[in-house]
Amino acid sequence: MWREWIPFWHAGISPYGGDVDLLFWGLVIVSGLVLGLLFFLLLYFCIRYRAGNNVDRRNHDEKSWRLEVGWTTASMLAFLGLFIWGAVVFLKIYQTPGDELTVFVVAQQWMWKVQHVGGQAEINALHVPINRPIKLVMASQDVIHSFFIPALRLKHDVVPGRYQDIQLQISRPGHYHLFCAEYCGTDHSRMLGEVVAMESADYAKWLAEQGPSNSLAHEGESLFRTLGCSGCHENSTAVHAPSLAGLYGKPVPLSDGSTVIADEKYIRDSILLPRSQIAAGYQPIMPSFQGRVSEAQLLQLVAYIKSLAGQHP
Amino acid sequence: MSEPGDIAAHLSSPKQRDEVLELGMWTFLSTEVLLFGGLIMTYMVYRHADPVSFAEAGRQTRIVIGTANTAVLLTSSFCVAAAIQAGQAGAARAVKALLAAAIILGTIFLGLKGVEYAGEYRDHLVPGIDFMQSGPHTQGVRLFFIFYFLATGLHAVHLLCGIVVLIIFLRCYRQIVCHPRYLAGLRTAGLYWHFIDVVWIFLYALIYLPGRSG
Amino acid sequence: MKNYLTEDYTLRSWFFTTDHKRIAILYFASLIFLFFIGGAAATLIRIELATPQADLVSSDTYNRLFTMHGIIMVWFFLIPSVPNTLGNFIVPLMIGARDLAFPRLNLASWYLFMLGAAITLLAIFMGGVDTGWTLYTPFSTLYSNSYVAVAAAGIFIAGFSSILTGLNFIVTIHKLRAPGLTWYRLPLFIWSLYATSIILVLATPVLAITLVLLAAERIFGIGVFDPRIGGDPLLFQHLFWFYSHPAVYIMILPGMGVVNELITCYSRKKIFGYKFVAWASLAIAAAGFLVWGHHMFVSGQSLTASLVFSFMSFVVAVPSAIKVFNWTATLHKGTLRFDAPMLYALGFIGLFTMGGLTGLFLACLAFDVYATDTYFVVAHFHYIMVGGMVTAYFGGLHYWWPKITGRMYSEYWARAAAILIFLGFNLTFFPQFILGAEGMPRRYHVYPPEFQVWNVLSSGGATILAAAYLLPLFYLGYSIFFGAKAPANPWGATGLEWQTPSPPPKFNFDRQPVVDSPPYDYEHAPEPQNV
Repeated sequence: MWREWIPFWHAGISPYGGDVDLLFWGLVIVSGLVLGLLFFLLLYFCIRYRAGNNVDRRNHDEKSWRLEVGWTTASMLAFLGLFIWGAVVFLKIYQTPGDELTVFVVAQQWMWKVQHVGGQAEINALHVPINRPIKLVMASQDVIHSFFIPALRLKHDVVPGRYQDIQLQISRPGHYHLFCAEYCGTDHSRMLGEVVAMESADYAKWLAEQGPSNSLAHEGESLFRTLGCSGCHENSTAVHAPSLAGLYGKPVPLSDGSTVIADEKYIRDSILLPRSQIAAGYQPIMPSFQGRVSEAQLLQLVAYIKSLAGQHP
Repeated sequence: MSEPGDIAAHLSSPKQRDEVLELGMWTFLSTEVLLFGGLIMTYMVYRHADPVSFAEAGRQTRIVIGTANTAVLLTSSFCVAAAIQAGQAGAARAVKALLAAAIILGTIFLGLKGVEYAGEYRDHLVPGIDFMQSGPHTQGVRLFFIFYFLATGLHAVHLLCGIVVLIIFLRCYRQIVCHPRYLAGLRTAGLYWHFIDVVWIFLYALIYLPGRSG
Repeated sequence: MKNYLTEDYTLRSWFFTTDHKRIAILYFASLIFLFFIGGAAATLIRIELATPQADLVSSDTYNRLFTMHGIIMVWFFLIPSVPNTLGNFIVPLMIGARDLAFPRLNLASWYLFMLGAAITLLAIFMGGVDTGWTLYTPFSTLYSNSYVAVAAAGIFIAGFSSILTGLNFIVTIHKLRAPGLTWYRLPLFIWSLYATSIILVLATPVLAITLVLLAAERIFGIGVFDPRIGGDPLLFQHLFWFYSHPAVYIMILPGMGVVNELITCYSRKKIFGYKFVAWASLAIAAAGFLVWGHHMFVSGQSLTASLVFSFMSFVVAVPSAIKVFNWTATLHKGTLRFDAPMLYALGFIGLFTMGGLTGLFLACLAFDVYATDTYFVVAHFHYIMVGGMVTAYFGGLHYWWPKITGRMYSEYWARAAAILIFLGFNLTFFPQFILGAEGMPRRYHVYPPEFQVWNVLSSGGATILAAAYLLPLFYLGYSIFFGAKAPANPWGATGLEWQTPSPPPKFNFDRQPVVDSPPYDYEHAPEPQNV
């Protein structure tokens, strides 16, 4: 890679970390040059043209369109270049995550709750394997928080009422700070976590060591029954409700003629706001579970319904 | 030839006085555009997200009262404009009658609005105070009625201020025909009154027509 | 010879005045008081942050401190500072008018401002607000146990003061200029205040409606920003920043306007590229309305929106850059003197440029992902607001002090204060760039120990800065009673305000001035009288 030829540059531990750093240092150099030039000129003029100095001040009111247009154009071009550079790297940071390995994060006042697909749960810690792209699905239980891992140069707000998906990939094992970066109340500055990146084998060992627990999907399945979802959605004769087997990831025709893909967001919205998107051919009779399930439980239900994706309806 | 008292001490001519008043009022009205505009943008964002619910909510508004109010307000604007004409022509009694009519019509508007609000309260359509709706569109209806009460309430406050200003001018209707300074003031107040009218027309379209047109 | 100060000594003549000069003094006194309240909050914050642990105040108190610091400094100091003190005093004089277009509205503006300040201070005394000055939902509406609605009411009322001030300036500048004073003969201070007034008038109403929505949500639970019942927390951010980004231009444009006057006077030559600078002010005002989403790059707004806002943020930087180039070019072949106002102007150019360049860092999408909500942003805006705006305010204050008070201050102490402020400022805020680059988030009461070194430096700098800001109270205060009497034009400056005695008579000019020369006509200006 050509970047490796730049002195002192290193790639960072995320796929784009090195790019962000390069951008930063590029900005520092450009700013340094501009500032250096400015300070030089200010100092030079202040010394040379001090009142009392006998210097040539004739023609001091010369107009100069060329100079004006010149430095305006130069600024515009420089700024355009910086914009493009920043945008290109930005799109890398926020590329749509693949579905390979998903970890769920719930932010709440004032802790981070992490749930792995196999049911392993952690608080204020996030264990991940290195060199694998991980999809983080993030939700907030209450107010806006922000998920910030400085070492990765990664940040994204976690806004209540929606899911945020971002891709996480770490290249080197180690422990890295996790901060909450959006003010969220009393203990905002204590809402710290630790990201622990491990070799694959160590990660597998860690997962196994987390003690017997149900996978997320298992937990979701129990909730599905205790909350009464199975009463309508599992081959009920009394109520006509859409089957959830094979649903995840497929297009769903809605009653208003449009179509949506059944992703995490759709499933969450269907549980909380069932009247907002009604499947075609069905009556709007599903009750809302707003206030009866927490964000963590919602993620379990979503995991369960995802696990039915391979089945036939 | 201007008399003492025709222009304030810091101004230099009647022409300057008139221009200052007019530019001042237009500038003030531009701030009002942004004020109501911000609220209307919020409405537009939520309406775009859920047009079906907004149409449903629109059908629950009382279009008879709304339309009657529109007629009332438009007539009052006519009265104010006519009062200014009468003031220019020196017809003091016409000024008095027309300003009184505008004030009465404005008050009728507020009265009808009060009746309308009472009805909405009975129908449990007041978010934050008494809101009970069922059906798939509850959330959208609630957002619609937040906008409805805030926008019409803000409008009513502005109208009330306008009525107070017109009452003040009514009380010196005699000076309006004698002193250009008072007529200039009335003209400025008229501009404000017409603007309140225009705002109402926008609100009418956003409140009473969704779900009813086409 | 009576002047506007000696015209009448009764309290009534002050509190019921319609004289723009007296109203400016009323604002000036109020702002000193409010600046020190906001400054006290800052002092407590910096003392607390000298150590990583909580050892001065509790977290709840700390959160209230930074919130009140932000609210008071933004709305109750920076926004009114130059427009309502220097603007009110100087604008009519500068354009050869007897007063502003609406003198009684001007007085009403001050009373509204004081009412707003009183209500906001009431919120502090009742127990404070802990949402941050940005009041983000749903924390502010559904979770905060503090006096949000009271503070919102105070800010709302103060907003009326802003709007009426802007309205007054727009009409005044359009209609009350002296005969012969065409737009291109106006001093650039007027152009800047005109651009500021446009923003005041168009942006503040959006803040007003946002605060109404916030208060209604908080008091009545209407749900407009509540995600559990269909509201959108991000809508609040869009509404808030639609006002608050232009607001930062409300804060800086007047300062830039002052710098134009200072650079020309103390170089004794006209500004380089007058028309470019004049139109750059308007360009900043216009483009400033189109960049608000750069506060929301990581909020979850669409990628397209982020791209557009980033691009526009670079666009808005261009006119500011033009101004910096033009100020520097004005020094070339000038006859430079380094009185205190000039030191402030030079400080402004350097510090504003540093703040502005770091703004470019933040406009760059990929870097902003890292730096937003860290101390990098805090350092950036303090460089512009304090290094830029407060510096310009002090510069203007010193420049026009002889005109306002009729007295000369101690040049020695003024220069000492200017230099001390510059040094204290840099020591306080430069380390914060480093803290941000190292990843320290903002609004943190306690922090990991690896951030302590730079925090200690910053707190040390803050001590120097606090002392430096106190200095002018003493030597300026002293000058009011014991300073040498000021002539009409001590600096040998151009501009109509210098053609009338110091202090001016109540109606400014004995005879309406007529203008037939270009602005900054230093070829024909009198010599300075304080060499």
